Amino acid sequence: MAAQDLKSIWRMGLLFGVFALGAYVQAQGLLPSILKHSSDVVYLVQQQIRLVAISAGLAIVLGIAIGIWLTRERYSRYADAVLPIVNLGATIPTLAKLAIAMAIVGIGAPAAIFGLTVLTILPIVSNTLSGLRSVPAPLIEAARGMGMKPRQILWQVEMPNAMFVILAGVRTALVINVGTAPLAFLIGGGGLGELIFTGIDLMEPGMLLAGAIPTALLAIFADFLVGQIQYWLVPRGVNPLR
Amino acid sequence: MIRLERLTKIFGTHTAVDNVDMEVGAGEVCVLLGPSGCGKTTALKMINRLIPPTSGKIHIDGRDTSGIDEVQLRRSIGYVIQQIGLFPNKTIEDNICVVPDLLGWDRRKSRKRAAELLELVNLQPSVYLKRYPKQLSGGQQQRVGVVRALAADPPVLLMDEPFGAIDPINREVIQDEFMKLQSSLKKTVMFVSHDIDEAVKMASRIAIFREGRLIQCDTPDKLLSHPANGFIADFVGSDRALKRLRLMKVGAVMMRDCPVAKPEDSLDRAAKSMEEHGLAGLAVVDDQRRPSGMIKLEAARGRQGQVSDYRETLPATINVNADVRTAVSVMFAHAVGWLSCVNDQGAVEGCITQGAITDALAPALGRT
Repeated sequence: MAAQDLKSIWRMGLLFGVFALGAYVQAQGLLPSILKHSSDVVYLVQQQIRLVAISAGLAIVLGIAIGIWLTRERYSRYADAVLPIVNLGATIPTLAKLAIAMAIVGIGAPAAIFGLTVLTILPIVSNTLSGLRSVPAPLIEAARGMGMKPRQILWQVEMPNAMFVILAGVRTALVINVGTAPLAFLIGGGGLGELIFTGIDLMEPGMLLAGAIPTALLAIFADFLVGQIQYWLVPRGVNPLR
Repeated sequence: MIRLERLTKIFGTHTAVDNVDMEVGAGEVCVLLGPSGCGKTTALKMINRLIPPTSGKIHIDGRDTSGIDEVQLRRSIGYVIQQIGLFPNKTIEDNICVVPDLLGWDRRKSRKRAAELLELVNLQPSVYLKRYPKQLSGGQQQRVGVVRALAADPPVLLMDEPFGAIDPINREVIQDEFMKLQSSLKKTVMFVSHDIDEAVKMASRIAIFREGRLIQCDTPDKLLSHPANGFIADFVGSDRALKRLRLMKVGAVMMRDCPVAKPEDSLDRAAKSMEEHGLAGLAVVDDQRRPSGMIKLEAARGRQGQVSDYRETLPATINVNADVRTAVSVMFAHAVGWLSCVNDQGAVEGCITQGAITDALAPALGRT
């Protein structure tokens, strides 16, 4: 009962805060200047979602594939060589990575997608590796002993048991990806960065916010989406959330 | 049923299993026993080829298994491991049906079988089928581990210290359950253990390994009464005579012609039949041969009257199906030298004396 009271107080407070913010923004004249860019926002959001979807999709497929490949018995000796490279990649600043991507691929959306993919793939590979490695050896022995083929062991035993950790990596990766996507503008990749950086250059807060607010909302939405996938896709017996 | 022929496994320079020849008949439980690192687990895992043999042959049901695809081979052999290895992402039902699903059984048939199997190990299907392994206790999980191995009804079962990680009380219960299951299913079982008591209890034959070699393969009684060398004598323990008691049933050792007394019998007659059979006392029974008390020799000797006049309460009886170790324990607990043996209906079938137990152990012991 008390918890519910507290909840409704919170909700009232939040509504009031949003209202106050809206009133303030309106009073400052910001709201009209943000809404002025609404047609740009719609177009750029679509562009940015395309960037994110392609780069994240590539990163998930490649990252998980590399993780699986490096945990197969025959190739596991490469893991020790690959993992330091992956970790080294993670230490390079984002902007530097995009600059390198531009140097390799050239200006435009492909360079942005390439850069974002490289950026995003790191947490996915390392989580896939540690997720698969943490599957207890007796499970795999039991599976082998009962006559499962290697592929059946991977999909029926290893992946379901590693899925939670893998998806945690995907979640981190996606949030980084969405948060970094505005930088794609700097190498001609388009996206909401166009509004943000132009807004900064023109000292026009309305334009800046018209880019920044959707970017933030996209990040929150992406996190929510993967959270839901994590909740529903990971089998109940190995899902700490359920 | 299972025949190992000069089976050898060499890891690098270390010979884990050295030229092992043995045969396990259909329906037998053969326990591979020995200290850790003696090669017993390696020998077991070569049978379902989790470890490929270096040389030698394995025949199952007369067929050389080296000609069978290893995946097919494993699906036709039940396998239970110490760590249980239930898949935490699958329900109990799906765990039990792993092999039937691999073999492509009809789903309805396999799920029905899962329910039947759970019932066999006293787990209520309606409660447990849809649960996940983490919701079960260790003992319950290993019960599921055992029935999972039985799901596709394989003729051969390999068990690698299956009850090793379970607490001693639960272990006894599960061992008993398994033996009950085995007595109706009659699987051919290879069972790795390092626990001599477990081996004596479960095995129809025990194979003792040391440093990769098979030292002795015999029935538990033979092994305890005639250990082939000092190593085995040490391994089975200095109390091996006591361990043998567990292998004998009261019904097999008791005197069947043991006299009993009726309450209305004369003391004189009771004393006479005791002296004739060298007994210190008699059970007093009613018309259904149910014991109602006892009469002692010193109470009956030289007295006039009826047995019922000097009847004392009987301190304890023993079921004919109990093992002799239990009988001895009851004797010591009540400080008596003999016990009446009763059947499941409570009727006296005979009596067991300490002398008879010694005699039963003696013929084998005499020649060691």
